[in-house]
Amino acid sequence: MIKTEELQINIGPQHPSTHGVFRMLVTVDGETITDLKPVFGYLHRNHEQIAEVNTYLQNMPYTDRLDYFNSMANNHAYAIAVEKLAGIEVPERAEYIRVLMVELTRVLNHAGALGFLINDMGAWQTQLAFGMREREKILDLFESASGARLMCNYFRFGGVVRDLPDDFMPRLKDLLVAMPAFIDELERLLRENEILLQRSEGIGILPRDLAIAYSVTGPVLRASGVAYDVRKAEPYSVYDRFDFDVPVGSVGDVYDRILVRIEEMRQSKRIIEQIIEQLPDAQGGHINPKARQNVRPPVGDVYARVESPKGELGFYLVSDGSTKPYRYKVRAPSFINLTPLGDMCRGYKVADVVVILGSIDIVMGEVDR
Amino acid sequence: MPHLRAEDLREMLGRDLPGAVQDPSPLQIVPPPSHGPQHGSFVTGDALIDPSRILEAALYMRDTLGYTYLSDIAVTDYLTDGLLEVVYRFYHVDGGPSLALKARLPRENPALPSLTPDWPGANFHEREAFDLYGITFVGHPFLRRIYMWDEFEGFPMRKDFPKQGDKYIGEDE
Repeated sequence: MIKTEELQINIGPQHPSTHGVFRMLVTVDGETITDLKPVFGYLHRNHEQIAEVNTYLQNMPYTDRLDYFNSMANNHAYAIAVEKLAGIEVPERAEYIRVLMVELTRVLNHAGALGFLINDMGAWQTQLAFGMREREKILDLFESASGARLMCNYFRFGGVVRDLPDDFMPRLKDLLVAMPAFIDELERLLRENEILLQRSEGIGILPRDLAIAYSVTGPVLRASGVAYDVRKAEPYSVYDRFDFDVPVGSVGDVYDRILVRIEEMRQSKRIIEQIIEQLPDAQGGHINPKARQNVRPPVGDVYARVESPKGELGFYLVSDGSTKPYRYKVRAPSFINLTPLGDMCRGYKVADVVVILGSIDIVMGEVDR
Repeated sequence: MPHLRAEDLREMLGRDLPGAVQDPSPLQIVPPPSHGPQHGSFVTGDALIDPSRILEAALYMRDTLGYTYLSDIAVTDYLTDGLLEVVYRFYHVDGGPSLALKARLPRENPALPSLTPDWPGANFHEREAFDLYGITFVGHPFLRRIYMWDEFEGFPMRKDFPKQGDKYIGEDE
C-alpha cells in the first residue's frame, strides 16, 4: 500500500456549483474525500437583528429575501407565527388562496432545483431550461396576483393583500392541464439519462437514523425513508382537508432525492386541483377585515412552522407588547440541512461533492441570513 | 400520534428527574425607547430546566418519550432580567406538536453542556448561539464562529450590542 499525503482544498466561495457564496473545506486523499467542513457567513446581514427594529408588517417583505426562490412559503410561515401570537383569524377563502400559492411555489422550487442539479452533473442547460420554462409560467401567475414575480410580499396578517384577479383561474387551469406532461417529460429526462443514473445512484447516502439525528427536514429527510411532512404531522392552514400522499425514498441517495421531488410535484398538483374544487364554496373574503396590520401582539412567545419546499421553516417570535418583535428567530431549513454534508460526502469522490450539495437544494440567502 | 402538552412534560420531568425542573419566574421585558412606551412581563408555559441538567432532560426526551427530533435551538436576550434564555424544541417523528425545554443562563460567561455529541443536528444551532450570543457549549467538537469572522469581537444579537456606528471605522480616522 502506497502512503499518500492528504491535501486540503477549497471548493468555493466563488464557484458556479456552490449555489451562492459558499465554501467547502475539503480534505482529500487522492480523489477520495476524507473530511468536509462547510464554511459560510459570506452573505450574513444579521437578518434577525434587522427584523427586531422593524415593525411586524415591515418584516413581511423582508422574509421574501430569506429563501428568494420561495417567497410565498416564507410569507406563510411568518404570517402564521404572527397570527398565532396576536390571535388573528384567517377567513377560509384566504386560507385556500394561501395554500394554492404555496403549492405552486413547491412545484416551482422543485422544477428549478432539479434543473440546477442536472446542471451540476454536467448535462448543461437543457434540463435546466425545461425547469425554468415551467417556472416562468408560475411566476407569471404570481405576478398577476401579487404584482411581483420573485419578491411577492403577497401575504398579510389575516389573509392576503388582494383577491385573485379574474383571469387567474382560467390561466391556472391551463397550467394544470399542461403540468402532468411537463412532470412526465422531466422525469423521463432524468430517469432515462445514463449520466444522471451513474452520478446519482448510491451517491451521498444518508441513512434513516442519521437523517433524524442530523435534524434534516423536507425532501432530504423523506428520501431517507422517514415519512415526515409538517403538512401531515401537524396540519396547519387547511391542509387537513386535502387528500395527498407523502412520497418517501428507500436508500437515501441523490437519486431518491430526485424521485421524491418529482413525486412531490405530482402531489402538489393534486392539492391544487382540490383547491380549485373547494375554493368557490369557501367562506369569507381574501382578508379578515378586522385584522389590524399594525399589530401589537400581547406579551409572550410563539413558534410556528410550515413545510416549505426545502423543509421545515419555523419562526420563533417573542413579543414585548409593542409594534416590533422583541425576538425574531428563523429556523431555516437549508441551514440545518447542510449539517450532515460532511458525513454525506465522506468516502465519495471530489466530483460527487457538487452533486450531493445540489441534491440538498440550498439557498444562501436563507443559510447565511 | 403523541399529543403531550407542556404541562404533561413538566409533570413527567418532575417525577422522573427530581430537581431538574425549575419554577419559572416572570420575564420582564422593557423594550428600547424606539419600540414604544409599553413593557410587560410573562410567565413561560414550557418546562424550565436547570442548565446543568439540560443534557439529562434532553436524553430523557429522546430515549423515554421518543422525541428524537431536535428541531431548533433559539436564544433570547432578556436584558432587564439579566439572563439569556435558550429554547430547545423537540418533535416526535410520528407527528404532533412540539415540546420545548428552556434553560436560563446569566449574561456573564454563559455556559451549557453541548448536545452535539448526542445530536449531531445541534451542531450549527450551537455554533450560531455561540457566535451571536456568546454562549459556550461545553463538549462541542468544533465551537467556532459560524457567521461572523473569527476575529470579530462582541456578540451582535445581544440587546446591548450597539446598533449604530462602525467600530472598525472611527477613532483613529
